[in-house]
Amino acid sequence: MNDALVIAGESYHSRLLVGTGKYKDFTETRAAIDASGAQIVTVAIRRTNIGQMANEPSLLEYLPPEEFTYLPNTAGCYSADDAVRTLRLARELLDGHKLVKLEVLGDPKTLYPNVIETLAAAKTLVSEGFDVMVYTSDDPIIAKQLEDIGCCAVMPLASLIGSGMGILNPWNLQIIIENANIPVLVDAGVGCAADAAIAMELGCEGVLMNTAIAAAQNPVLMASAMKKAIEAGRESYLAGRMPKKLYSASPSSPTSGLISGNG
Amino acid sequence: MQITINGNDKHFDTDAMSISALVLHMNLVGKRIAIEHNGEIVPRSQFEVVMLTSGDRLEIVGAVGGG
Repeated sequence: MNDALVIAGESYHSRLLVGTGKYKDFTETRAAIDASGAQIVTVAIRRTNIGQMANEPSLLEYLPPEEFTYLPNTAGCYSADDAVRTLRLARELLDGHKLVKLEVLGDPKTLYPNVIETLAAAKTLVSEGFDVMVYTSDDPIIAKQLEDIGCCAVMPLASLIGSGMGILNPWNLQIIIENANIPVLVDAGVGCAADAAIAMELGCEGVLMNTAIAAAQNPVLMASAMKKAIEAGRESYLAGRMPKKLYSASPSSPTSGLISGNG
Repeated sequence: MQITINGNDKHFDTDAMSISALVLHMNLVGKRIAIEHNGEIVPRSQFEVVMLTSGDRLEIVGAVGGG
């Protein structure tokens, strides 16, 4: 079945996007990402450690650009200006790479998105030619506005970043998905494979996660579980579930031919 | 001259230095980095020609793990 995820004109066979933070070391990062089957991986942009980095290994050596599509993010940015500045640097760093993840946070305690700054940053980035995948709240009106600005994917939270609380408002996600003409991906809040499957069954085009894998007791095994959950959830969505009924007068086995029967 | 690099003041015993020379001095040759010079991105192709002057501010960034 050809069921590719298409983002900004590029096709991906994996609908699981993963972060590269919080792992024990780069070897574990690489092993978990391999197990996840992810093709798109997020990276953060940070000040280079001047003076103490002569032969320090770098993340990019473990995740070569020929093998993965990088999605540089604006994690830690609290203003549109900082987010735009960060992604301009990312574009230079990654040789003109256009696909980016925009997130502008509103509060260091909850990491809840600041949608006003997010909208402003999205406008600037789209006008500068970036392909913007945008992290946002699960507000359907904001999601639609981000689409109208020209973002290539909208990524509402399932619950707060790093919380692992799962999908707290499936109804809002459904409204966002129903209204959208661009891919909707859940970003943040997924805690276990069941959460990922539910997101896909709601009709999400994909799921982006980091902590759910990195903070599992066995990250590599969880990465494998997430891969399967995303695939299972997608197939379940495409197959179309049976209607829910309180009870059924139609058993799965034949009602005739019973050994104690008269007919 | 004095240059602020990633928020830290650094002193250099020269009055004329290109960004290329600084990159060499900092052992960053061959590293995947991006540089902002007084708020403006400097394309890698311009490292040779952009000269630093005392009081300049540089941001030198790389990619790290993140979600």
